[in-house]
Amino acid sequence: MSKFRMHLLVCGGTGCRASESNLIVESLRRELEEKGLGNEVQVIMTGCFGFCEKGPVVKVMPDNTFYVQVKPEDAALIVAEHVIKGRPVQRLLYVDPRSKEHISDSKHMGFYRKQLRIALRNCGFINPENIDEYIARDGYAALGKCLSELSPSEVIDTIKKSGLRGRGGAGFPTGLKWDIASKNQAGQKYVVCNADEGDPGAFMDRSVLEGDPHSVLEAMAICGYSIGATKGLIYIRAEYPLAIQRLKVAIAQAREYGLLGNSIFGTGFSFDIDLRYGAGAFVCGEETALIHSMEGMRGEPTNKPPFPAESGFMGKPTNVNNVETYASIPVIINKGWEWFSSIGTEKSKGTKVFALAGKINNVGLIEVPMGTTLREIIFEIGGGIKNGKKFKAVQTGGPSGGCLTEKHLDIPIDFDNLVAAGSMMGSGGMIVMDEDDCMVSIAKYFLEFTVEESCGKCAPCRIGNKRIHELLEHITKGNGTMADLDRLKNMSYVIKDTALCGLGQTSPNPVLSTMTNFWDEYIAHVTEKRCPAGSCRDLMKYSIDVDKCVGCTACARGCPVNAISGERKGPHFIDQDKCINCGACFEKCKFGAVLIN
Amino acid sequence: MEKLKSLADLKKIREDARVKLDLRVKGDNPEGLVQVKVAMATCGIASGAKPIMDFFVDELDKRGIGAVVTQTGCMGYCYAEPTVEVQLPGQEPVVYGFVDRKRADEIIEKYIKNGELVEGIIPVNYEKID
Amino acid sequence: MRGRMTMETLKLTIDNKQVEVEKGTTILDAARGLGIDIPTLCHMHLHDLNIENKPGGCRICVVEVQGRKNLSPACITKCDEGAVIRTHSPRVMNARRTVMEFILSDHPKDCLICPKSGHCDLQDMANRLGIREIPGQDIAEMSTYRKDTSPSIIRDLDKCIMCRRCEMMCNEVQTVGALSGVNRGFMAVVAPAFEQNLEYSPCTYCGQCVAVCPTGALTEVDHTRDVLRAIVDPSKTVVVQTAPAVRAALGEEFGMKPGTLVTGKLVAALKELGFDYVFDTDFAADLTIMEEGTELLGRLGKYLKGDKDANIPILTSCCPGWVNFFEHNYPDLKDVPSTAKSPQQMFGAIAKSYFAEKINVRRQDMVVVSIMPCLAKKYESQRPEFSVDGNPDVDFSISTRELAHFIRQANIDFNNLPEMDFDRPLGESTGAAVIFGNTGGVIEAAVRTAYELYTGKKLSRLDFDELRGMEGVRQATIDFDGFPLNIGIAHGLGNARKLLDDVRAGRSKFHAIEIMACPGGCIGGGGQPLHHGDSSILKARAMAIYEEDKNKPVRVSHENQYIIQLYKEFLGEPNSEKAHHLLHTHYFDKKSKIIIKQ
Repeated sequence: MSKFRMHLLVCGGTGCRASESNLIVESLRRELEEKGLGNEVQVIMTGCFGFCEKGPVVKVMPDNTFYVQVKPEDAALIVAEHVIKGRPVQRLLYVDPRSKEHISDSKHMGFYRKQLRIALRNCGFINPENIDEYIARDGYAALGKCLSELSPSEVIDTIKKSGLRGRGGAGFPTGLKWDIASKNQAGQKYVVCNADEGDPGAFMDRSVLEGDPHSVLEAMAICGYSIGATKGLIYIRAEYPLAIQRLKVAIAQAREYGLLGNSIFGTGFSFDIDLRYGAGAFVCGEETALIHSMEGMRGEPTNKPPFPAESGFMGKPTNVNNVETYASIPVIINKGWEWFSSIGTEKSKGTKVFALAGKINNVGLIEVPMGTTLREIIFEIGGGIKNGKKFKAVQTGGPSGGCLTEKHLDIPIDFDNLVAAGSMMGSGGMIVMDEDDCMVSIAKYFLEFTVEESCGKCAPCRIGNKRIHELLEHITKGNGTMADLDRLKNMSYVIKDTALCGLGQTSPNPVLSTMTNFWDEYIAHVTEKRCPAGSCRDLMKYSIDVDKCVGCTACARGCPVNAISGERKGPHFIDQDKCINCGACFEKCKFGAVLIN
Repeated sequence: MEKLKSLADLKKIREDARVKLDLRVKGDNPEGLVQVKVAMATCGIASGAKPIMDFFVDELDKRGIGAVVTQTGCMGYCYAEPTVEVQLPGQEPVVYGFVDRKRADEIIEKYIKNGELVEGIIPVNYEKID
Repeated sequence: MRGRMTMETLKLTIDNKQVEVEKGTTILDAARGLGIDIPTLCHMHLHDLNIENKPGGCRICVVEVQGRKNLSPACITKCDEGAVIRTHSPRVMNARRTVMEFILSDHPKDCLICPKSGHCDLQDMANRLGIREIPGQDIAEMSTYRKDTSPSIIRDLDKCIMCRRCEMMCNEVQTVGALSGVNRGFMAVVAPAFEQNLEYSPCTYCGQCVAVCPTGALTEVDHTRDVLRAIVDPSKTVVVQTAPAVRAALGEEFGMKPGTLVTGKLVAALKELGFDYVFDTDFAADLTIMEEGTELLGRLGKYLKGDKDANIPILTSCCPGWVNFFEHNYPDLKDVPSTAKSPQQMFGAIAKSYFAEKINVRRQDMVVVSIMPCLAKKYESQRPEFSVDGNPDVDFSISTRELAHFIRQANIDFNNLPEMDFDRPLGESTGAAVIFGNTGGVIEAAVRTAYELYTGKKLSRLDFDELRGMEGVRQATIDFDGFPLNIGIAHGLGNARKLLDDVRAGRSKFHAIEIMACPGGCIGGGGQPLHHGDSSILKARAMAIYEEDKNKPVRVSHENQYIIQLYKEFLGEPNSEKAHHLLHTHYFDKKSKIIIKQ
């Protein structure tokens, strides 16, 4: 045969690789060789498919069969059954949780049905380590078009008209940002890609870099052309070894083809890209801190203005965009701004990638048009709440965002609506909470993160957030007062008002939004010393219902601190002074005699 | 690798690369394409379905026809193997039995290219097999 | 094109007052121009030295700018045309107070026994903002760190408020790089790399970090009790020497105007404190000129004969911070500086030999104390090469600030002390010695003597204005009777680095270079009364030093009668074998000493 008749796409994202997807590739190749199919069927490692909950994923093409939770030992079966005999392996197909149907075409899965993949267009489709596959998907055509047909200002104009806004958090119009950088005259300018993804649970940038690194390289070159820069830098956290490796391969291949380097396409425009590694500080996602870190200094933000577009890396005009923003650029050039701006809402165009996490069935990475509602994302794409629990809240925008509730579920999501609802887009983290989550504790959790990740430069963030965290701890322990709630609010507002950078200015958001939306829970903790969600251990009190207790002694035997006493076959009692609220007795009791209040 | 000196160079690479990626692009969006399914159960393979599938894969490509060739399991017409299901865009699928190279060639030239039915149709109350 | 540039200006309103300022002016400066004193904590601006610290970190100076979402720090926010600013709206006042409470909640409250008590910017701010309690202090954790004591400087970082002034001094001004921000968030603090002790860092002990620290986080090692113990020990003869810059600054500690010379009262105070002999480091400064000047002429002579090993330029070596700096950073150039010891060490060596013999006191029964504007002098006095059989030439070096404390402890009414004169013989000095306290002073003194010795002629003028000033790097050419002597001057180690890099690269055009580690020279030393960010104080001190020089009857070192006598009775001649033994030293490669100690 002159041509492969079948492609087996194996997810090579970090998540699936952690579940040994590289061994799946090896096993598939071995099986195919053994069956003499090495020339007919090609095994390709791609980037992330997004459905990480069900990984590792293997997709059979052109059959369009989507296998989930594949193990290396399943390779033999896939080859023997599907590849040779054309029979899909039922056991490895996705089962719809509601209809219990086996679904082989991913387009029919709830998780994918509402998705529209622009930034992730090539993730899970091409081999990221093969530049030809990227080129086959119109890769570098946008760069070619810009260099040959468009003037720099026309490129900027196209981006402006597309309505693309920065995907890193604040949603600043990308075209305008490029425009400012292009107008600041300097001998040298820089194009920087912010790949210091740091929101807990967010991994869209990593996925793009792992799955489609060339899209970012191409976009950076386009940006360089339009603002007048010849040098690009990607600031990437060193904890992303796979993304770094794929980028290195991609940069090397692009250089070999002359798509990076001197006089690209013989046009005289030169552009090259280097990597800079970050040590994984959250604050280095803030652009001034990022630049300082790249300069070899401590990763701390400085006051803006001056903005990087005026004075950035090495004091030169610098355009900083994040990975997802860049990944959207080549498509906009290829398909036109009209196409892009036809997607989304009035002020937020295109699509947005979200990382679904928390108490949700389909954990993973999704891309939807702006304007999709939280309800669609959580209940259709996300498959609803785990274990049939009740939805309580969703935190968007990572630690800088806020908690949204039931009443926000039908808001079309875009930059402005999220802010109006008291949260923000952020980089697209979405953490879903159910009825068992205590909102005071959730606020505490996020504050713990900011306390840990503050750079320590300005006093409100360095000390203030610590004080908020301490006070939340105090409240969840049942020691808070109403005056403490006032103080909590005041501290939150002052930190927002006075902190130096975006990290500090948004760090109290989880507190303020939970206070707004779940004020009752705060009151219950403070006045009744009660945690309505039943999650604050210090506020729980265990007791034994003597009527239900049969005296089996299971609880007493399970108690790690010997706080339970009682005769065999007689009622038992818990010594509250000794009890440490561990809940062991509750777990042990088969008669429902242990009560919590 | 040679450096690309012009957009024409890029175009050439793109065209070559597209051929290799074709399978995925078509599989991802089979609507509007000719879909050929070759039954490849034990009975089919024993009757020589494999070379027939290879023939379709190669020849459709050579003759520049946008088609997706996949395999399927036993369709239940073991007496008539190799069997091939062909679905033209927007039409009901048709199953051909006793497909050898000659018939395969006919199917491509007549049915796929011109919509003329070819001998060997298995006239059944056909239901589409997934 | 030269000529008067017309500055672009803009108008704005601060607290309902209109003001017009130059474009680029900060809100802080615009407000101060209106007499509105927005409080600041981390910000510091030494105008005359062109040194500014403005990390925008403390957020005490926040103000409300109409139309902006958040409050803006006045110290780094530039004025916009038509801006409407409020510096004390309820929102601002609440924010400022809350932020101050944050800062204080993470600061020890042991002000009573803090070395900075009474001179602490944080204490002043707490007072100014009327903070009387810290809400939530009972549940507030404090960030604590290991205390670090070096020969010169104590770091008590529990008191660090992350103003970053020390870091800016150490890195931007001095380019020493010993201190920088480490750790994150609540545990963020300024420290040497890997939180090592200062001793294992490239610290030069210049003390500029201490000079700008607003709190008690960085202070000097206090030797006043050791000195007291020596004074009360009847078996010890205690000799004290005072550096030139001390007399121009000590008065500030007693409420006198900056730039008040207190030489006579200083002598009186030291006598009152019970020192047996009150001498002057200036005497040793004259001696330094004799030795260093002779060395210069020697090298210059070789150079003029075309000797490639002449070792030109010669670098001064009076400043121990500077010596530490080149030992750490330019060990390859360690043969370039003059081998002459610093005046402090020359004094110690002479006191414990020549003078001890003269008054018939055994070396080990003599205690030499130095009063210095400097913290590096503490370290210098402890260098092993400056001791004989474990007995140091200088036993204790205390700073101007320590002396002030000492005087207050002894119930001495400093302001009403009589003017007294130094004891003889080691108390006699010339005007050339006094100017050692200013940047450019050492080289000016050397020029005065070297010129007369080289040319055999009397100088017609003694004031070399071309060598004076506050410019960081200065150069001048002095006509040595037909030979143009090129002189370079740098103060501040960052400026020194510029000249040193040229020397290292072989492109220096200078024959002699003077370097002082501290901005302004010794008058701005790390042991001087705190300037609290007011650089006009340094200028006033410099003026006082030149005034003292002017008033001296003898203004060239080689005419100091007691110096002449010392050579005649004891040393022979400058650079003699004995002089070399007592008054010269050698330097070490300290690059390898920067070690990580677990």
